[in-house]
Amino acid sequence: MSFDLLIPTQLMAALLPDIVLMVGAMVLMLYAAWRPDSVQHQRSVGMASIGLLVATLGAVIYMAWRGDTAAQGVIAVDGFRWSVDVVILIAALGTIALAIEYNIRQGIAQAEMHVLVLFATAGMMVLAAGRDLMVIFLGIEIMSVAVYVLAGFNRRSGAAAEASLKYFLLGAFATGFLLYGIALIYGATGATQLAEIASRIAEHRLWGSTMLLVGLGLLTIGLAFKVASAPFHMWAPDVYDGAPTPITAFMASAVKAAAFATFARIWYETFQLLSFAWGPVLWWLAVLSMVIGNVVALSQQNIKRMLAYSSIVHSGYLVVLVLANSAAGTAAFVFYVLAYTLATFGAFAVVSLMQEGNDEPVRIADFAGLWHARPGLAVGMSVYLLALLGFPVFGGIGFFAKWYLVVAALTSDINLVLLAVIVVVTSVISAGYYLQVIRVMFMQPRADDARSVPITGPLTKAVLATTVAVILFFGVFPTPVTAWSEWSALPRYYRTPVGGPPIAPGTLAPPPAASPAPEAN
Amino acid sequence: MNNEFYPLFFSFHFYLFGLIALASALLFVTRKSPVAAALWLVNVMFCLAALYVMLDAQFIGAIQVLVYAGAIMVVFLFVVMLLNLGRPEDVSDIRGQFPRLAAGAVGLALLAEVMVLARAKFPAQIESAIPSGDLSRGEPGGIIGPVAELLLKDYVLAFELSSMLLLTAIVGAVVIGRKRS
Repeated sequence: MSFDLLIPTQLMAALLPDIVLMVGAMVLMLYAAWRPDSVQHQRSVGMASIGLLVATLGAVIYMAWRGDTAAQGVIAVDGFRWSVDVVILIAALGTIALAIEYNIRQGIAQAEMHVLVLFATAGMMVLAAGRDLMVIFLGIEIMSVAVYVLAGFNRRSGAAAEASLKYFLLGAFATGFLLYGIALIYGATGATQLAEIASRIAEHRLWGSTMLLVGLGLLTIGLAFKVASAPFHMWAPDVYDGAPTPITAFMASAVKAAAFATFARIWYETFQLLSFAWGPVLWWLAVLSMVIGNVVALSQQNIKRMLAYSSIVHSGYLVVLVLANSAAGTAAFVFYVLAYTLATFGAFAVVSLMQEGNDEPVRIADFAGLWHARPGLAVGMSVYLLALLGFPVFGGIGFFAKWYLVVAALTSDINLVLLAVIVVVTSVISAGYYLQVIRVMFMQPRADDARSVPITGPLTKAVLATTVAVILFFGVFPTPVTAWSEWSALPRYYRTPVGGPPIAPGTLAPPPAASPAPEAN
Repeated sequence: MNNEFYPLFFSFHFYLFGLIALASALLFVTRKSPVAAALWLVNVMFCLAALYVMLDAQFIGAIQVLVYAGAIMVVFLFVVMLLNLGRPEDVSDIRGQFPRLAAGAVGLALLAEVMVLARAKFPAQIESAIPSGDLSRGEPGGIIGPVAELLLKDYVLAFELSSMLLLTAIVGAVVIGRKRS
């Protein structure tokens, strides 16, 4: 059926998975506070959270199976939303599974950690659905506020406190940009709903409006902060390094996926006609993220910082897909986000096992000879790193993600050939640091005084086994994932400005009279 | 208050409250004692409330007084006084030349932005869509009606989500603020 989102009952029906998660999270919040803190209680709240996330995943799949649609409104009911929800929920499931055992190892007894992960997940699902700048803003804030706290959850760690405060201050700063941008866009168009903004831009030929362009610029800066893309990436390495490792995995995967999903949706659904203005900006954002992230990652000794810079590189790749501005781009986006989430998740899961004390950084040298001590972990880590690299066969699904990324860049209406070349070249450079870890694990002897790696708990083991299996399986049979991501692509449509020339497919924005800016490239 | 019928009255009060607000804001950032600064900020809030009332937004004006001048600033003062931060000698907001210059530059940038935006024109179609005139008279809900309409109909999802945001913030604050286990 097609939902009419102005009718409250239908709005609620369209929000079914979100409501399941939010209500469940509130109940679990009470349950978490019911008993005094203990490691056991933390574990039971965590298990209940896993159950709730599975139920939410079921609700998402049910909604996707029903295939409902909705007229333009505050939220979207489409395949893109459900696919991003699935990725977010997978990441949240992994986070809680890792966190339960990480908390036991580190002696963290506060059960609220899982509840905050659920709240953050609820915010992300709102982001995936939001089609109104107000709703999107609130989704970003629900997600961010929960993650600020999660980053500093380990109260005994000075690094975690520093990470949390740094993230909070810079995040609040970015929020300011975001909100100011939204306010100016509202001022220029008089609307907050994406479709409404788009149609007013087309109708009133607003692409020369200074207020709109300034608002768009501020919105871009705010979102670039949230997805940690260069030159707005400064916070990411410190925060990823200081936060508890399961939370780092959550930030690098789910937070990034959700922020990028809304990034893609806003740009794709709203600002098509302004692509002459944001095209060059996003082009440079992508190039800077890829180049800076790669160059700095090469010199990192601390593996969490190395993976943080790698995540900055990947946000550069994802910006390419936002820039591609095509249905193929959004399909490749879903595919890429899934592959990246699984690989990042696994890599951080292995790192979380290597972490001994609270503030002790895990160095790449600590992985020396891991193959001799723990062959399973070494093989798993190799698969994740090869997937991040986009290596064929052994990198599994990661190879196809890169493949579709390059194809989407080459087939885009916008000329992105140079960008595709940069993607390939920087991928080759990234082999320098990904393969370095693999070389150290397999080719160096285990030092006698090397850290003992704790025994892998059943939940962490399940996370590792599932991610490796999925990465490798769909690396051989990618067709189901490809079909799924094509199903979830945002539909392509053009808007014709009133009285203006129709935009022929294959061209970019209408030639604005006032500012004839060149195409991105 | 309608600026079409009472232009002099309107501009007199606009400049009166505007200048008081500006002067209070200046005093707010230059006072060394946090308590005095906070009280000047309350003054700014009151002046802004008066400006809202002049713009026919009496409801927002009242909320401004209740929430900002009332609740938030009182809590602020409580914190300042309870933590005994009210001694001016060990508190200095702006140190050195560079922060002063940076603050001045930001101020100039904002001023330039206001100038640019003030010149921007709404397209006629949008201007006609913006509600104008006297909302306070002749509307069944008074001036709160349109606000309620927006809050509970068009933006009901955003309204509900903000309660979710506040809940998250409260849980987070309690978790961070609790004694270390």
